Amino acid sequence: MKRANQHPVWRRALFKNLVIPALAVLLSLALGVVLILVVRVNPLDAYRALVKGAVGSPRALVQAALRTTPLLLISLGLTLAFRCKAWNIGAEGQFFMGALAASWLGLALDGWPAWLLLPAMVVVAWLAGAAWAVIPGFLKAKRGTNEIVTSLLTNYVAIFFVSYLVRAPMKDPEYYLPQSAPLGPAATLPFIPGTRLHIGLLLALLCVPLVYLILWKMPLGYRLRVVGTNPEAARYAGISVPSHIVIAMVLSGGLAGVAGMVEVSGVHHRLMTGISPGFGYTAIVVALLGQLNPVGVLLAAYFFASLVIGADSMQRVVGLPVALTEVIQALVVVFVLASDYLTRHWEK
Amino acid sequence: MSWDMILNSGFLIALVASGIRLAVPVLLAVLGEIFAERSGVLNLGLEGIMAIGAFAGFAVTFTLENAWLGLVAGLLAGGLFGLIMAFFSVTLRTNQVITSLSLVILGQGASAFLYRQIFGVSSRPPRVEGLTELTIPGLSQIPVLGPILFKHNVVVYLAVILVVLSWAALFRTTWGLKVRAVGEYPSAADTSGINVARIRYTCVILGAALTGLGGSVLSVAQMHMFLENMIAGRGWIAIALVIFADWRPSLALAGAVLFGVADALQFRLQALGFAAVPYEFLLMLPYVLTILVLVSRSGREAGPAALGEPYVKEMG
Repeated sequence: MKRANQHPVWRRALFKNLVIPALAVLLSLALGVVLILVVRVNPLDAYRALVKGAVGSPRALVQAALRTTPLLLISLGLTLAFRCKAWNIGAEGQFFMGALAASWLGLALDGWPAWLLLPAMVVVAWLAGAAWAVIPGFLKAKRGTNEIVTSLLTNYVAIFFVSYLVRAPMKDPEYYLPQSAPLGPAATLPFIPGTRLHIGLLLALLCVPLVYLILWKMPLGYRLRVVGTNPEAARYAGISVPSHIVIAMVLSGGLAGVAGMVEVSGVHHRLMTGISPGFGYTAIVVALLGQLNPVGVLLAAYFFASLVIGADSMQRVVGLPVALTEVIQALVVVFVLASDYLTRHWEK
Repeated sequence: MSWDMILNSGFLIALVASGIRLAVPVLLAVLGEIFAERSGVLNLGLEGIMAIGAFAGFAVTFTLENAWLGLVAGLLAGGLFGLIMAFFSVTLRTNQVITSLSLVILGQGASAFLYRQIFGVSSRPPRVEGLTELTIPGLSQIPVLGPILFKHNVVVYLAVILVVLSWAALFRTTWGLKVRAVGEYPSAADTSGINVARIRYTCVILGAALTGLGGSVLSVAQMHMFLENMIAGRGWIAIALVIFADWRPSLALAGAVLFGVADALQFRLQALGFAAVPYEFLLMLPYVLTILVLVSRSGREAGPAALGEPYVKEMG
């Protein structure tokens, strides 16, 4: 205890990054009880089913890890963007553009060896996601257009575009459903040996230290953070605010695009509109709950992934709609915000 | 399928008429957001507030079989969300962007959760009667203008009245002057004796109530049902239209009708089986148009000076 007092900065960081998010989660789950009671279900049964469904079997753990992967990739990107106060909420569309580019390349270059094809798919997915994010980023930088609204609106355009492609030009003629032809074996991500987990998970985990290094060990990350915390100071220091906003959008869009590649190549093995249950939106909450800290984001991504996996089985067991998890997500953000207020007051 | 099916007076009249009808939910949200932003609070939660308004409106209309009570429920549900937003952004002074984004998730999640729990999931969702059309005698007989302007259900006329009332409230009353002062220069307003927090609470709650009403108009009076994702970006389009409208109710009307016509165009072209353009591109139309409109306005936009900034009272 005495040691902690001697390290107030360290203790405050622990408090801000771990204690507050944990409390926010607990409070949200507690408030969820109220909602569950309102619809006349025993909350104890509900949460038991939730926890059992989330961590109660090897299958559940695998599913949660698979679901963590795209969430982690996207929210790490958003961590970079939000640190720069570039409010990219178009990750859902960037994810779809990445998935589209990767599946297009995977189908077009069918027959290439996997060691060449898979990295190429990652690269085009990154480029497609980044290019899609450049639109709102560039408009913000050049014309001051509100990037929150434009990035969100581009989501709809991207999803309609993909749904057109899988209905007509890219449609698998063998099937009735609107989906592309299946990717060849060389275009699908291999499993981590001995598991049912594709190597996209490793890629996502690798990005955790990478984003940490960018943000705190590289000049670029320093500049992004300065632009985010004090654009005025950035300007005095000769850091271009507009170009860093574009860079932040590109980095986050690129990672969202890679997440799209990982989902089609690792999980669905074809392009269709059902590849995302709103990853791009959940990732916003993940980034915020993780306090824009890569390790925190990793924990938050795993938490929300398990929450959804658990909610699926809760729906089967006690008949509570999965949408409950969205309510809990929103409450988590609200409680994190409220606790920021409390810590501000404690410090005074 | 050819162009003359589209370029004829019958189609165009029907297009503009339904454009006006489809403009109403968005218009109400734009008006609401103008109040919030004029007082200096950026509420990006419209998408979620419209969703909860749409659900509350539908649920009450279905249960009590009275569409008017449904609209009131939408208003109240929106107002409740406004209260949450005001408490966090004004009292706790939290980041307005993040707070209101969480309202989007909360509204969408809560409405989907409650709807599924109460009405279940079915391929034939339950429907409500809605409101009857109010054809204005005499005026509706005027060629062209009659069917465009005077053959609508009551909420269309109510929305137009609300535009006038909002304009008058903001620009012709002392209260409106106070609202604008708080949004421009809260510390000066505070010094001159205006209660900044009270003004902001009022504007945020009023704004969210109008937004919730907009949502309930969509479910009760237009679609006659509730669907998850039925708001389909209208809340975001409304935020863009506030900028387009230069924070003025009169221009909000123009912007909303522009959006409504774009929306009606894609509906009607799809209904006609217009095959020259794939229907997904028609569906993109309102979103692309909104982005273009936003881009054309930016650079010149001059919102309230204190927009998005929590006000911290100076302690003497």
